[in-house]
Amino acid sequence: MTPEEIINPANRVYARPRLLTEANTHYCPGCSHGVVHRIVAELLEEMGLENRAVGVAPVGCAVFAYNYIDVDWVEAAHGRAPAVATALSRLNPDNLVFTYQGDGDLAAIGTAETIHAANRGENIAIIFINNAIYGMTGGQMAPTTLLGQKTATTPYGRRADLNGYPLNITDLLAQLRGTCYVTRQAVHTAAAARKTKAAIKKAFENALAGKGTSVVEVVGTCSSGWKMTPAQANDWMAEHMTEHYPLGDLKNE
Amino acid sequence: MKEEIIIAGFGGQGVLSMGKILAYAGLMNDMEVTWMPSYGPEQRGGTANVTVILSDSAISSPVLDSYDTAVILNQQSLDKFESKVKSGGTLVYDPSGIHHKPTRTDIKVVEVNAMDAMMELGNAKAYNMILLGALLGLRPVVPMDAVLRGLKKTLPERHHHLIPLNEQALLKGMSLVG
Amino acid sequence: MEEVRLMKGNEAIAHAAIRYGADGYFGYPITPQSEVLETLEAEMPWETTGMVVLQAESEVAAINMIYGGAASGKAVMTSSSSPGISLKQEGISYIAAAELPALIVNVMRGGPGLGTIQPSQADYYQATKGGGHGDYHLIVLAPATVQEMADFVALGFDLAFKYRTPAMILADGIVGQMMEKVVLPEPRARRTQAEVEAQCPWAATGRHGREHRNVVTSLELDPSRMELNNERFQRTYAEIEANEVRYAEYYTDDAEYLIVAFGSVARICLKAIEDARAKGVKVGLLRPITLWPFPKTRIGELASQAKGILTVELNAGQMIDDVRLASECRVPVAHFGRMGGIVPNPNEVLDALYNHFPEAKP
Repeated sequence: MTPEEIINPANRVYARPRLLTEANTHYCPGCSHGVVHRIVAELLEEMGLENRAVGVAPVGCAVFAYNYIDVDWVEAAHGRAPAVATALSRLNPDNLVFTYQGDGDLAAIGTAETIHAANRGENIAIIFINNAIYGMTGGQMAPTTLLGQKTATTPYGRRADLNGYPLNITDLLAQLRGTCYVTRQAVHTAAAARKTKAAIKKAFENALAGKGTSVVEVVGTCSSGWKMTPAQANDWMAEHMTEHYPLGDLKNE
Repeated sequence: MKEEIIIAGFGGQGVLSMGKILAYAGLMNDMEVTWMPSYGPEQRGGTANVTVILSDSAISSPVLDSYDTAVILNQQSLDKFESKVKSGGTLVYDPSGIHHKPTRTDIKVVEVNAMDAMMELGNAKAYNMILLGALLGLRPVVPMDAVLRGLKKTLPERHHHLIPLNEQALLKGMSLVG
Repeated sequence: MEEVRLMKGNEAIAHAAIRYGADGYFGYPITPQSEVLETLEAEMPWETTGMVVLQAESEVAAINMIYGGAASGKAVMTSSSSPGISLKQEGISYIAAAELPALIVNVMRGGPGLGTIQPSQADYYQATKGGGHGDYHLIVLAPATVQEMADFVALGFDLAFKYRTPAMILADGIVGQMMEKVVLPEPRARRTQAEVEAQCPWAATGRHGREHRNVVTSLELDPSRMELNNERFQRTYAEIEANEVRYAEYYTDDAEYLIVAFGSVARICLKAIEDARAKGVKVGLLRPITLWPFPKTRIGELASQAKGILTVELNAGQMIDDVRLASECRVPVAHFGRMGGIVPNPNEVLDALYNHFPEAKP
């Protein structure tokens, strides 16, 4: 069989979504961001939202999300994406406004903005990538870092007495009356990625329907920060992360 | 014509609203006006004062170092403002809050027992209107109809039925100095 | 003809914002400016013009809401007082760097720190020299009357959109809290979405068929491109300095002594000058209306004819730096100020003038 025979539309099982730009991403091999970006781009196209979607990018590894998904974007200051999205949504109620944030952005520096936007029930979708580490700055402790997990700032492992406990912020958000849909998903297997896609789709639908705030946490990996191969990182995630951050819906109203 | 007035007492005595009604009366009378409150966390009990300027021409400073007229409702305010009344000016005070009476002789000092008058009228809310009436009796800087129109502007509609009571209090205050 | 009303400066700002056709206000309560948010909530403009009003969870959230709203081309504003404005500085830097129009109101109180709630002008440096990180300027308007509080809302928004840069109304507790007569501007309709998109082709409005995506960001990791961005900002600032200087003069024609003061302090000085003129003292007043751009050319001209200049400020001497630079050492420049929320009266101003320039004393 020649390469030409293989590269044949009839054999195609996957193509780059039209709204995923051709720019090379700066993400490390094995990073969960790539999968989630692909899912978001696919959904925006499939749901016909390319002309009315506005994303809010965080500070963190996903800071350049706006280079990869071909819709309008606003790059927020660190942690402030939910506040930026609040105004975008209230002033442009016909648009789909979503934030795309990491664990440091959403659960450390931006905790207040996250909780208050969700508590007001802003009609936005929050996509939250939790990989339990600060990737962009070089692998320091995140609010979601597990007890015992080694990072650049917890070189002997996170200790509750020194560093406090891993923050299950999604569980907190599920308690708020402003949220309509709160779920925790993953993208480490094809099946998990399909569930994540369904979850983000529901979050977008809720925002468009004015039902309140939806939060989709994606428990992800950071092979560079965790100092593992991508395959090891997937295994470590399935074994350790899901114990503290169990997958599934926390709220679906 | 330009009248520079300080009204000073405890918060809750109606100092700021008395000034406001005076300012609105000036507005109704087509005068230039400024109303500059001392503002602070205190709502009741702390000291409060307001500077009201009424003038036929443009007003420069809303902050003053001396006044044509002072309306004084407690001892602290008397201590602070007695010396700041311009020579030949007027100081109106309610003796119920005053232990050491004013001593200046180059100004017109008028004691107005608004507390007793208020008891006679049987309405605690009339207190500041009695004093405003006394002030206007001594210094007729705005006509009575302008004051009543000013009152209408400052009171929410649901309190407009209180206007006759206020008018009665104003007249009572005038009679105390007349 | 609009009715003449009596209201506080803070209330005038709120009414003027609705009448301007502002799209949104986002703020957090702080004395002495809380009447802005209170008045907007009482007026319920979302029922009439469609203006969005939101009490944010913090000043930090509020300024980032402004960033988000402005990024979609909407006319949005916030207001606060000194400590709250400090919290907003990060967001203001981002708004300037992303070249977004926005209106920020600072009704100054005495600092530093939590300080006092009484009037101050101690945020002059912060407002005119940047405030947040990086090389940027705000257009800074200093109202002296309740009428200017109302008028500068429209002026601030118009300048912000003309130059795609944030504008600030730098008021103080006096002009925020005092009531005087004001004629509110004629109401005008909010821009339609089509008008917003035509006026702001750069805005993140949703693509709506646009060929390319719009990205609003202040991030540019390539230094050579970031330098180009900075050069573009500086060209804008040079254009603003050339076109938008505003000031008012009183009794300057024959003035031998010049007082420079802004905001409500200028009015206190004007009364002092009226008293001094009555005794034959030739003293005049220059009141900068734009603190940035600063009226340095005109102050330079007046410095050539004056024997001395006194700046009067509610701070330890901040604007005096700009006055000294403008006067180019042609004339002695002295400062008189009160701090911590104390407001000087006209007599103190004259005492300071005669103290610094004894030959001026009649």
